[in-house]
Amino acid sequence: MKVLGLILAGGKSENLGKLVYKRASAALPIAGKYRAIDFTLSNMVNSGIIKVGVLTQYNPRSLMDHLGSGKEWDLDRKKGGLFILQPYIGFSGEYWYKGTADAIFQNMTILRRGEEDYVLIGSGDHIYKMNYSDLYMYHFSKGADITLVTKELDDTYDISQYGSVVVDENMKITQFYEKVENPPTRRAFLGIYFINKHLLMELLYSTVPNGGNDLLLDVILPRLDELNVYAYDFKGYWRNIKKGIDEYFKINMDIINDRNVREELFYQNGKVYTKLKDFPPAKFTSNSEVINSIVADGSIISGSVKNSVLFRGTIVKAGAKIENSIIMQGTVIEEGAVVKNAILDKDCHVREGQVIIGEDELVVLEKRTII
Amino acid sequence: MKNVVALILAGGQGTRLGVLTEKIAKPAVQFGGKYRLIDFTLSNCVNSGIYKIGVLTQYKPHLLNQHIGIGKPWDLDRKDGGVTILQPYYTEKKGVWYNGTADAVYRNIEFVDDYNPEYVVILSGDHIYSMDYNELLDYHKAKSALATVACMEVPLSEASRFGIMVTDLENRIIEFQEKPKQPKSTLASLGIYVFQWSFIREVLIEDAKNDQSSHDFGKDIIPKIIQTERVFAFPFDGYWKDVGTIYSYWESNLELTRPIPPFNIHDENWRIYTHSKEMPPAYIADSTKVKNSLISEGCEIYGAVSNSVLAQGVEIGKGSVVKNSVIMSNVRIGENCYIENAIIAENVVIGDFVKIGVGEFAESKLNKKVYNSEITVIGMDSIIESKVEIGKNCVVGIDKIVNKNLNSGEYI
Repeated sequence: MKVLGLILAGGKSENLGKLVYKRASAALPIAGKYRAIDFTLSNMVNSGIIKVGVLTQYNPRSLMDHLGSGKEWDLDRKKGGLFILQPYIGFSGEYWYKGTADAIFQNMTILRRGEEDYVLIGSGDHIYKMNYSDLYMYHFSKGADITLVTKELDDTYDISQYGSVVVDENMKITQFYEKVENPPTRRAFLGIYFINKHLLMELLYSTVPNGGNDLLLDVILPRLDELNVYAYDFKGYWRNIKKGIDEYFKINMDIINDRNVREELFYQNGKVYTKLKDFPPAKFTSNSEVINSIVADGSIISGSVKNSVLFRGTIVKAGAKIENSIIMQGTVIEEGAVVKNAILDKDCHVREGQVIIGEDELVVLEKRTII
Repeated sequence: MKNVVALILAGGQGTRLGVLTEKIAKPAVQFGGKYRLIDFTLSNCVNSGIYKIGVLTQYKPHLLNQHIGIGKPWDLDRKDGGVTILQPYYTEKKGVWYNGTADAVYRNIEFVDDYNPEYVVILSGDHIYSMDYNELLDYHKAKSALATVACMEVPLSEASRFGIMVTDLENRIIEFQEKPKQPKSTLASLGIYVFQWSFIREVLIEDAKNDQSSHDFGKDIIPKIIQTERVFAFPFDGYWKDVGTIYSYWESNLELTRPIPPFNIHDENWRIYTHSKEMPPAYIADSTKVKNSLISEGCEIYGAVSNSVLAQGVEIGKGSVVKNSVIMSNVRIGENCYIENAIIAENVVIGDFVKIGVGEFAESKLNKKVYNSEITVIGMDSIIESKVEIGKNCVVGIDKIVNKNLNSGEYI
């Protein structure tokens, strides 16, 4: 499969508030040991894509630190490998990425140089597991110019937040409604594109210099009539953390509460790879009471933990109570403290007896908060 | 530490670990949840800044070779140095196995010569300890020694299991007793040596010519060189363990689950590195009780676990109880089982309503020397069918299917 993978990871995602003050949303820690981008990146690697470009712009430090040389994904390669594509100052000026199409346009070299015939464009914010080989075969068999991955969303999603797709009996896309109230279908576009490389290059050359900076709105949608754009139906679990803090929280809870989700995300279609941290196994002491939670390596638990996610190296001391919460790496909850309905970012410190309870909405503590 | 080469002896079988080392070398046996025994020594090396390492293998090395690979988890995939597996090889005349620890090093003189080091550190691949070898080397240099042996005080009752040193006031070794019946001191050798390479190189060549020698560092080399050369004892007072028996293997695993364990695997400044599988965090379900235990990634726990060490990817079904046990990676335990005082090796599958470790102790019918405690051992890849009851001190071999009850002391 000669496919170039591109991951859009530059967005600001204001909906995530404090969680993205100091990181790109693609670098948001999730499910005890991962960062959001691990899912799309692992999907690509598991599907045999060995050349991946990650487009970054907003707060990239932690993302870059996480990706490193791409070693954890077997992307430290002589042929292919991982490319970080960041905005740069060129001979004729500075160019921040003005949109998704512009971002790819400015990195045309990676498209021009490779021997790949296809480009798969994904997002660093999506949590799902997918074997792209099926998508490749589908694209092929339909004779499509562009295939967009879509999913029939159930009513746990707010459909007005997604692009809605109308297809004919062959799954060819005839109409597209971007984020409208009461769209005609619940089939939503998942932000995953599969496209012939030379076509993409041509489209970008003819659109971006004329001010069209968005891949979907400016490049693809105006040409729905002239191009063969097909919808691929994805049936698995798919969520977008960018939709907000509640959505982010819900994904974590789905992973705790539903064994099928865990099974699908972590064991089907290959593994999810992430940066190794070499922590020892989690330790449960004689006072620990852990119910319905996921616990990562390096944690030491002496208190009670219920319906929560404990990231690597978290410490919950005796008498502390944690409920419905996400506790990120290196956070320490001292004796007798209570944390409920909260997200505690990395390296927070909750002192003895402190109480943090989210009543109507989740409490979010920024990285390194001391209470 | 550029002028140091470490050689890790990892060829031993570890016969007293019985079925645990039937298929794999002792240094490859899992320990402490996610580790294998050799990880401790390899991590000591890299944490001490030693990046030129040879691992000498002989007995069933496949899993060990696979585990070490090119040494990536330990940052040993290097341009200069790194880790090299040194296995017995065929020469022009004939193939020879390593015949003793000194012989194994003697046969790899060329490997060490290539690095042209000033010092060589000889280590064992099956000990559990954290030691900064810089301290050992500094001591060696400060004493202007030709050889230094790391030693530890042991209880008099155990002294006859070790090589025992008698030292003068300056810590110079003046007498050495290998596993003495009547020890003259309680200072025991840990099997960790530093040598001046140019010196020990000549000694090894000399020893190889001697038909009377058993070519062993403890039995032959050390007793010989202390007679004429400056050989010192380096006092080590940290935790050190050679998990030689089933009981001590089980006990030292369980020690890690104590509130303040004697050996700290949580030390951020002395990480223990390993080649681990990429797995999601452990899931602990509703209505469970997990106490005093180490739980590794990829575990799915629906039952109760106490005083136990669980390696990666262990699944424990609803209503099952696991107590005082060591469960290695990818073991699947069904529902409503009761498991106590057991060591269950990798990839074992256990059905529902199985009981292990029940009844009264009985002497082993297989091998009283190896199996002499209440601990029941289940070998790799075996299957225990539903409703089977297995007593204490039982042994299930590798790749067996157990479909009938085993009384205490029995084996299959």
